[in-house]
This record gives sequence, structure tokens and C-alpha cells, in this order.
Amino acid sequence: MTRNLILGTALSSMVLLAAAVSFLWTPFDHAAMNIPAKLQTPNAQHWLGTDHFGRDLMSMIMVGARTSIAVALVAVGIGMGAGVPLGLAAAARKGSWLDELIMRGNDLVFAFPSLVIAILITAVLGAGAVNAIIAIGIFNIPVFARITRGAALSLWEREFILAARVAGKGAARISAEHILPNVMNLLIVQGTIQFSLGILAEAGLSYVGLGAQPPTPSWGRMLADAQTMVSFAPHLALVPGMAIILTVLGLNLLGDGLRDYLDPKLRVARA
Amino acid sequence: MLRYALKRLLSLFLSLAVASLVIFLVVEVAPGDPASFMLGVNAQPDTIAALRAELGLDQGKLARYLTWAAGMLSGDFGTSYTYRTPVAGMIADRLWVSLPLALYALTLSTLIAFPAGIYAAARRGKPGDMAVMGATQLGVAVPNFWFAMMLVLIFAINLRWFGAGGFPGWDAGLLSGLHALTLPAIALALPQAAILTRVMRSALLDILGEDFMRTARAKGLTRRQALWRHGVRNALIPVLTIIGLQFSFLLAGAIIIEQVFYLPGLGRLVFQAISSRDLIVVESVVMLLVFAVITVNFLVDLAYALVDPRLRSRT
Repeated sequence: MTRNLILGTALSSMVLLAAAVSFLWTPFDHAAMNIPAKLQTPNAQHWLGTDHFGRDLMSMIMVGARTSIAVALVAVGIGMGAGVPLGLAAAARKGSWLDELIMRGNDLVFAFPSLVIAILITAVLGAGAVNAIIAIGIFNIPVFARITRGAALSLWEREFILAARVAGKGAARISAEHILPNVMNLLIVQGTIQFSLGILAEAGLSYVGLGAQPPTPSWGRMLADAQTMVSFAPHLALVPGMAIILTVLGLNLLGDGLRDYLDPKLRVARA
Repeated sequence: MLRYALKRLLSLFLSLAVASLVIFLVVEVAPGDPASFMLGVNAQPDTIAALRAELGLDQGKLARYLTWAAGMLSGDFGTSYTYRTPVAGMIADRLWVSLPLALYALTLSTLIAFPAGIYAAARRGKPGDMAVMGATQLGVAVPNFWFAMMLVLIFAINLRWFGAGGFPGWDAGLLSGLHALTLPAIALALPQAAILTRVMRSALLDILGEDFMRTARAKGLTRRQALWRHGVRNALIPVLTIIGLQFSFLLAGAIIIEQVFYLPGLGRLVFQAISSRDLIVVESVVMLLVFAVITVNFLVDLAYALVDPRLRSRT
């Protein structure tokens, strides 16, 4: 266990826990307004203070974590679900028209940064958390396709794959039974990194109003609300900002730690 | 080399053509008719039909795509549905804010990342390296628009060194223009600088293990001399690639940062266009951003092949 892995696991589980607990309990109702108690700085009753409607920030952060995690998780799911099979297929038919088509398609998607995809989708379907998921998810597909193809290509040269071919297994079966388990570690590490990027992207999209819409609580929108009040109530911006930073930092450390932990060769190479 | 360049150029045009088709088709499926949206709910059917004819909406999809694509090739992006002015002019005005902002941020991130990356590589494993790497971990975790808000809080509201937002225009002078873009550029540059520092460091570390570095040391250069004369120069190749890629991300990222500082750039234009369903503007801005990404990638590929002949035979 490296320091990265421990710190990353601790931070990430803290966020997951906060999101999970929020289903059962939050210090206050996250949507309940209490104008007399507005704009309080952190205190014994409201641990992270209150916003301009007197809503409890701690509760909003906890419920907001659900939105962030859900959006990023589903987006990673879309990226993996579509990207991994495409990458496996491209590697199995290296150099064929299928490989060429998949890789050129990837290049094309890469030319649309997730923000641009989000703008397009919003222009067509309107803003919302689901459309943010689609935008981030589409952007994730080529990331996973590329990394799967790269790793799978080198595996196809190995003897145990040759043995499987001699045994009469087809390309699809070899991909599923032998290639996929061997690229799994890589995918888990990349998945963690894309998960953290997804959280950043969701926050950014919600901040500019393309992501989660009221009343769904979201860290990015909390920041957008805080913007006009930052001069007299800086905690409104500090609290969601720190939530995002700690989550992303935790996931990145977790990704780095997992990479070192799952692949001892890399640990030596990097040292 | 010429063969390689021509081949890449062909694929550049192909990518642009496919991208424009994708953008057009995506926007085409958008519900709602711009003409009836502009005229409101009480409009007469014949008024709507007349406006549709005027905007060219009554033509077939293929004809409209070809008109749009051919127009863009000659610099004519069409006419905005809401403002009734040429889209190309609107974009050009906004580009004068977004493009300098992206370039400013790129310069800053390079100026930060080069020394930081070289410093970290030269002190691999020592406290200095760990401090830089820790800072980059934090740098990639900080959302740039949040960092922008903190910059406003500290440097605009408390210290009053900068304005909290807005842009005086380049007519007010180069210096005041740059002054207004400084905080946005810093905010935009930070995460990119963190990434670039990591790339610089790992590229240098790769090169430090090469034979020619040992030769350089063997012929009597100190570690530092070898690092600067041979290491940095060779590490530049991967680093320049990333810088090229970053530029397009900075241009897209500028859209969000512009919102924090109320800058009249492409971001403001595109969000206004979305809310007024001015789809031709959205279409054109998106196409412009995608064009920037594809073209910069093409130029980077070309520069790469120019520097490293081995890459020419790859495709």
C-alpha cells in the first residue's frame, strides 16, 4: 500500500460515504429555506454555514455529492460500455477497415471537447443532468477505446493468445476470455481518472447552466449562485470548491495508487 | 515528406467535412422552428412561411448543408436569426477576446511549466521534486472557474489590483486590454500548467536514461550542463505536442472562464445564442472550435514529422 493509495482511498470513501448517508440523513433538509438564518458562517449548528436562503450548506454538499457521483459514474459507464468493445474489436482486426473506421471515428470524437459536445446537446435538447451525462460519456468513449486497443494489441502478440488460437477459439471469444481480463487493471485505473475528470466536467457544466437544473442540488450550481455573493460571503464559494477539489484530488491519488499497486512493473519503472 | 503532408492534408479535409456534417445533422434534429420562435406564438402562418423563406429554411436539408458548408469555405457563416447580422462578423468580434485570452493563458502555462518541470526532473525524488509534484496534483484537481472566483476575491475585491470583470476593448490600449485579461488567463493557465509540468518532467526523466546523456556526462559535462544542452532540447518534442493540444482546450475552456469575468468572448456569444435558439450561431461557433482542434492536431503532426523523420513512414 502506498501513501497515494491510502490517502486516495480515504478521501474517495469519505465522499462516497457522505453521498450514501445523505439518502438516510442530512443535518437539515437540504432544500428547506430559513431566511432568518441566512448567510451564516460555519458554526456549531450549521457546520459549513448557510446560503442566502438560509439553507444548510453541509446538507447541500452531501446531497450534491450524489449528483456529481451519479453523473460521473454513468458517464464512465457509457465510455467503458462503448469504448472497451470498440477497442477490443479494433485490436482483434488490426489494420482492417474496421480498425481504421473505429480509430478515425475516435479521432473525430476527440475533436469535440466535452464542453463543445455539451453545448451542442444543450442547444438541441436543452440543459439538464442527463444531457451532461451524455456529453461527458460520449467524450469518454474514445479514451477507453484507445487505451483498450493499445493494450490489447500488445497482448495479441503473446504466446498464450497463440495457444488459445491453436485451441480453435475465435477472435471474439479470445477478446472476451483472455484479452479483457488482462486489460482490466488498466481500465480500472483509467476509469478512476475519467471519474475524477467527469466530476470536474459536471461542475463546470452546471456552473455555466448546462448541467443539473434546480431543484437538483449540484456543486457547480452552488458555485454559480455564490458568484455574486463572494465579496461578502466567501464561504459560499469556498465550501463547494473544497468539496470538488478534495473529491478530484482523492480520485486522482486513488488512480495513481491503484496503478502502482496493480502493476508492480510500473512501480519499478517510475521509481 | 511531401507525400506524408499531402496524405495528412487529405485526412484533415475529410475530418473537417465529416465534423461539419455531424454538427449540421445534430443541430438539424433540434426541436422547434427558429422562424416561429422569433415571431412568437401569435404569428400568422404566412408570416412564418415568409421568414422561413428569407432565412432559407424552406430548402431541403442537403441544399442547406451545402449552402452552409460552401459559405464557410468562403468565410460566410450565414446570417444570425436573432440579430440579422452576418455570423462571421459576430464571431470575429468575439474571437478578438477569446483568442488573445487563450494565447495569453498558453504563454503563462508554458512559462510556469518549463522551469517547474525541469526543476522537478533535476531533483527527482528529493523534497523539491515532491513539492512540485504535490502542487501539480492540486493544480489538476482545482476547477479553473473556482480558482477564477478566488482570484477575483483576492486580487480584485480585496487588493483592488484588477477589475472584477468586463473588458474595455482593444481600442482602450493594448496594456489595459492585457490587464483585463490577466486574471482570466491565470485561472485558465493553472490546470494546464500542472499537466504540462508533469509532461515536461516525465519527458526529461525518460531522456536522462538515454545513452547520449551518458555520453554527454562522460565527455565531461556536469549534470546540469548535460540536462540543459541535451536533455531539455530533446524533451521539447513531446512537450510541444502537448502544448499544441492544450491550445484547443484553452480556447474551449475560455468559454467557461469568460462567464466568471463577464468577458464578451465566444462563450457569451454561444450561451446567448443557445437561449435565443439562434442555432446558426451555435453551429458556427462549435464548427470553429472543432476546426481549431483538428487543424492544430494536423499542424502538430506535421511539425512532429518534420522533427522526427521516423514518424513519416508510420501512416
